[in-house]
Amino acid sequence: MADLPVSPPATLAPVIGPWARFRADFAESRLALFGLALLVVILLIGVLAPVISPQNPYDLAQLDIMDSKLAPGEKSLDGHTYWLGTDDQGRDMLSGIFYGLRISLGVGIASTVFALAIGLAFGLVAAYFGGWVDTLIMRVVDIQLSFPSILIALILLAVLGQGVDKIVIALITVQWAYYARTVRASALVERQKEYIEAARVLALGQARVVFRHLLPNCLPPLIVVATVQVAHAIALEATLSFLGLGLPITEPSLGLLISNGFQYLLSGKYWISFYPGVALLLTIMAINLVADQLRDVLNPRLRR
Amino acid sequence: MLAYAIRRLGQSIFVLVLMSFLVFVGVFAIGDPIELLVNPQADELERVRATAALGLDKSFLEQYWVFLKGAASGDLGKSFVYNVPALSLILQKLPATIELAFVAMVVAIALGIPLGLVAGLKPDSFVGRSIMAGSILGFSLPTFWVGLVLIMVFSVNLGWLPSNGRGSTTMVAGIPVSFLTADGLAHIAMPAINLALFKLSLLIRLTRAGTREAVLQDYVKFARAKGLTQRRVIGVHVLKNILIPIVTVIGLELGSVIAFAIVTESIFAWPGTGKLLIDSINQLDRPVIVAYLLVIVTLFIVINFVVDVLYSMLDPRVRLGGAAGAH
Repeated sequence: MADLPVSPPATLAPVIGPWARFRADFAESRLALFGLALLVVILLIGVLAPVISPQNPYDLAQLDIMDSKLAPGEKSLDGHTYWLGTDDQGRDMLSGIFYGLRISLGVGIASTVFALAIGLAFGLVAAYFGGWVDTLIMRVVDIQLSFPSILIALILLAVLGQGVDKIVIALITVQWAYYARTVRASALVERQKEYIEAARVLALGQARVVFRHLLPNCLPPLIVVATVQVAHAIALEATLSFLGLGLPITEPSLGLLISNGFQYLLSGKYWISFYPGVALLLTIMAINLVADQLRDVLNPRLRR
Repeated sequence: MLAYAIRRLGQSIFVLVLMSFLVFVGVFAIGDPIELLVNPQADELERVRATAALGLDKSFLEQYWVFLKGAASGDLGKSFVYNVPALSLILQKLPATIELAFVAMVVAIALGIPLGLVAGLKPDSFVGRSIMAGSILGFSLPTFWVGLVLIMVFSVNLGWLPSNGRGSTTMVAGIPVSFLTADGLAHIAMPAINLALFKLSLLIRLTRAGTREAVLQDYVKFARAKGLTQRRVIGVHVLKNILIPIVTVIGLELGSVIAFAIVTESIFAWPGTGKLLIDSINQLDRPVIVAYLLVIVTLFIVINFVVDVLYSMLDPRVRLGGAAGAH
């Protein structure tokens, strides 16, 4: 192979790979770059929470009940400052938010990945095989999507009870139908194209045609839906936890922190609820900004 | 049309029975409500008597059969906690929820369509951009947190509005309503705005997109060429043509407003069905949970059906039941 003549790259126009073009397109919007930067910071905080938090908010030995319900900026008895105040147990809110982000992001991402895999499989099967398989799957999807996601999740959690695994199951159940519908729609279009016909003419196995040829071409719209859905999942989890149906108090997400502070809101101790809410808002906004730009970049009709 | 209605009805009944079975299985698995209902000091005999009185000693299938027989005659069982028929408990709370949903929808429509029109007519102006930025924020903000911030600002800091309950109500045709008294209005203001926020953002986006498309159409140019005032062109010609998708979405969102009222009612302690559901889940009040679901699902099915039929009447191009109707 080494002695084959290689055409000198200098004579060719610079080839822009798909990734480089994607990066350049994405960077066109400053707002999206800001969103991406914010998202990276939030993800890092989530991953590094045990390292960067001033205290471990769930290690009871580190809590001092004398420090409970301190306002932001007040100092503890041993002299260090609680920048965002403390809750009723004397937990540092900043550390609580870091750990809460970790759980909220984890639940949101995990449920999205599983729902994506399940929805992808059903959507592809429905589009590729058609007929009664398609009708059955899409009827179930239609019926499910005609009910608001919060209602379905609420009922599931009422039945399943509290816990991280339970809320992930509820969020997967709520989300898979969106992916199934998106994948089916784009797979139906792709299936008509010549490369699929070519693959079939080559007598490739069905699994190979579906997964190696059909699937990669259905991915772009799916990536957009998945990004938006992570934000939805995080908001939904927070809402359910706020209603007391999501996570147990031992694993507080942002929603649970907000719920915990609700009872102190009326007596003017706003920070226990307010700052976790700001963290939640920033997370959802960062994801939405990135998703908006992804939608434009990955849409071939808008390609310049 | 008739065939479509019948097929739809059959499908709806199937969904209802399936839902009731799934929920019944699920609720059955949650836990033993007797633990919560009977005095902890009660002896074994008393517990057995209570279990039998509630019909909890029968097998699962027997319980489901009893439930189905009752449901067919409009009896969805008695609440374990209040010892009154679950259905009447829900119907008694339903007016509060419907009033809240209705007022929220009115707020969303009254603000959303004009703001969307402005943003669509002047998409690049400062006002247009601000409206769009606001609607993006409205999508990002979690409803329950907005509710908390509203309470924080208007109840705690400013002390203008009450943070919970319905306030004083007046009877209209035998149904208590809040929005006719000043006190009731003060009570409904925050929950309604809270619930309206998401739909408001949605309506702004829809109206803006529709307006941007409509102003480029020939009929608008023609209306302008005829010398009609801007007001008439926008108010009659543009509005009429963008209204079809908007009406559909409003209809479809009515159901989701009732579902999302669960959150708003919990925050503002609004005594409606949503709060009843959350309370019932916490108290393991099985009959009320099942009954709530059946009522809500029925409501949804009716709303979806009415919207589909209305849509086909507004836009003759849509044919029901055909390939395109299978959305």
